Amino acid sequence: MFIVDVVLSGLVLGGIYALIAMGLTLQYGVARIMNLAYGEFTIAACFAAYVLFTVSGVNPIIALAVAMPASFVINWLVYAIFMTPLVKRAPDAGALEVDSILATFGLLFVVQGVLLVIFGGTYFSYSYLAVPVQILGSAVALNRLLAAGIALAIALALYLLLMKTRMGTAVRAVAVNPASARLVGIDTARYAAFAFALGGALVAASGVLVSMFFTFNASMGVVFTMKALIIVIMGGVGNVLGALAAGLILGLAEALSAGFLDSGLTMAVNFALFLAILLWRPAGLFGKRAR
Amino acid sequence: MNTTRRAALGGIASAAIISTAHAQTGPIRIGYSISRTGPNAGGANVTTLPNYQLWVRTVNEAGGLRVPGGARRQIEVVEYDDRSQSEEAVRNVDRLINQDRVDFVLPPWGTGLNLAVGAVLNRGGHPHLAVTSVTERIPELVQRWPNAFFFLGRSSAASEALVTTLQGLQRGQGLGNTVALASVQDQFGIELVNAGRAALNRAGFRIVMDRQYPLGQQDLAPLLAEAARANPEIFIAFSYPPDTLAITEQARIANFNPRVFYTAVGTAFPLFRQRFAANAEGVMGIGGVDISSPRIRDYVARHTQVVGRPPDGWASPVTYASLEVLEQAIAQVGTDRAALIRAIGSGTFDTIVGSIRMENNQRIAQPWVGQWQGENFVAVGGAGTLTPVQFPKPAWRPA
Repeated sequence: MFIVDVVLSGLVLGGIYALIAMGLTLQYGVARIMNLAYGEFTIAACFAAYVLFTVSGVNPIIALAVAMPASFVINWLVYAIFMTPLVKRAPDAGALEVDSILATFGLLFVVQGVLLVIFGGTYFSYSYLAVPVQILGSAVALNRLLAAGIALAIALALYLLLMKTRMGTAVRAVAVNPASARLVGIDTARYAAFAFALGGALVAASGVLVSMFFTFNASMGVVFTMKALIIVIMGGVGNVLGALAAGLILGLAEALSAGFLDSGLTMAVNFALFLAILLWRPAGLFGKRAR
Repeated sequence: MNTTRRAALGGIASAAIISTAHAQTGPIRIGYSISRTGPNAGGANVTTLPNYQLWVRTVNEAGGLRVPGGARRQIEVVEYDDRSQSEEAVRNVDRLINQDRVDFVLPPWGTGLNLAVGAVLNRGGHPHLAVTSVTERIPELVQRWPNAFFFLGRSSAASEALVTTLQGLQRGQGLGNTVALASVQDQFGIELVNAGRAALNRAGFRIVMDRQYPLGQQDLAPLLAEAARANPEIFIAFSYPPDTLAITEQARIANFNPRVFYTAVGTAFPLFRQRFAANAEGVMGIGGVDISSPRIRDYVARHTQVVGRPPDGWASPVTYASLEVLEQAIAQVGTDRAALIRAIGSGTFDTIVGSIRMENNQRIAQPWVGQWQGENFVAVGGAGTLTPVQFPKPAWRPA
């Protein structure tokens, strides 16, 4: 049935959007680093998955087990080496945001440059789990379904981690008010680094999963940064469930407008929705209840 | 490879500058501005840059460009990245002409950038070998820029050749007349679909779906679901490389099996065949090469050896052929640019894609419709040596 096709593809797309945005919401919301190189890290993970798959025959699901910890460590180092000096000298959150935008803007070109030197500028693509799965009589690509499912699982796991554990409570405290968090004995620098690195692990997860069906090249990072930024702002900065909700809303809106209006209007519909939600709730869907 | 070559040439260049007679015996300096980064990098790195590199290497290994009198002069390259931005491309070309004072400028990749630098090249009196520049406005452009040569022709020629090929299948093979159209919302996609829609209507085809999607869109499941529901005999997507792959993948997932399946730009990329393997069989697209030609086979082999992958089956060989035209024109008249423009406009040149003769600064006769048959993207429609269409396209197989 057509409506099933449309809704299902919208939900799958929304899950993928949420997956792309979840790392940024941690990096921006908790560590307060507006990471403009975010999309470049996504693409780097796409390349890692590509190389592991085509050269070593490692399937992308197993590649997750390599890419996520590696990216966690790399992002921890990025935070410790490049971001800590900025955090230390910034008088307030606004100044840190400006500084981090400038610093990560530079980082963007470094990562992109390295990828260009290694891989050149051509398109890359491979095929993995590109098999149809029938759901309610509608065919969905298994790789996309898997990516959306993993996004959901990660969102729930993160939610539980943040809401139910002592560590999560500390991370939320840092997100809400770094100055006061220090007063109750939370090592804010360490938790911010942890949140940034965790965000990095999620970037790797999204890059690896997206590479299964996305045609990419070294210059495409900005596509992911923009998408993630829209979702993070729409969902409420630093809010994992907000990112999930915003991703699903955008995915569904895109599929519904493609299915029932015109596929040429998907962008217009998405941005109209984005504007409407920001007018209604300037801090994003879940923005007020900071966590 | 790049660094070593440039270092070696740098040595030759500095030696030459010391000599006062370098205008006659020193290297010929060729400059280009290319999109190494940004959204155009994908196209530039498949179609344009590898062919510039291959050509320079081939010429220099043979001793250099032949000039009248029989001497040979090495090529020295000056390269800039335009970051896919037209202002940057214009600045770069201006700098190549006025500061670096190169002998010739090779064009950037893409219609937009070619049109952007057209005026600067025209003012500088440089020949403009516009290859990856396909638009409806070519007949007007060549009036304004008599130094510009268009090697790939107009968008409507591509669409009309496709419709002619489809009519041939209707007459000879019993193809039906229902068509589903999809197109990308960007200059070339819009020009292709406008001309295609008109040609299909004129030829009596019935368009059962006509959808556009935004540039860069790779999530096209709803579009393909709608196409599958319309159940047409023919599916035509006037698409760009990333969406060409996404559309083909989604058609396979949805088990959508029209008898003719056409995706435009990017179908001819080796990546397409690598990604879809046996499922590429029978897919049609823009371009196509005459694989019976030994020169094309030799070109593919050299490209694969030097660049590390085969060329695409549309604009790559034509880009290389445009450089052969330049090379042969220089051999005839030397480096005087005005004489060179006249020579390119009036001469007949023997290239890897066959004999090229400009008509009003345009190459008109060429293959326009290609199809994957085995390992090759062969020409099946348009002009030139054509292979019969494989019809109907075999149904998708499970990957």
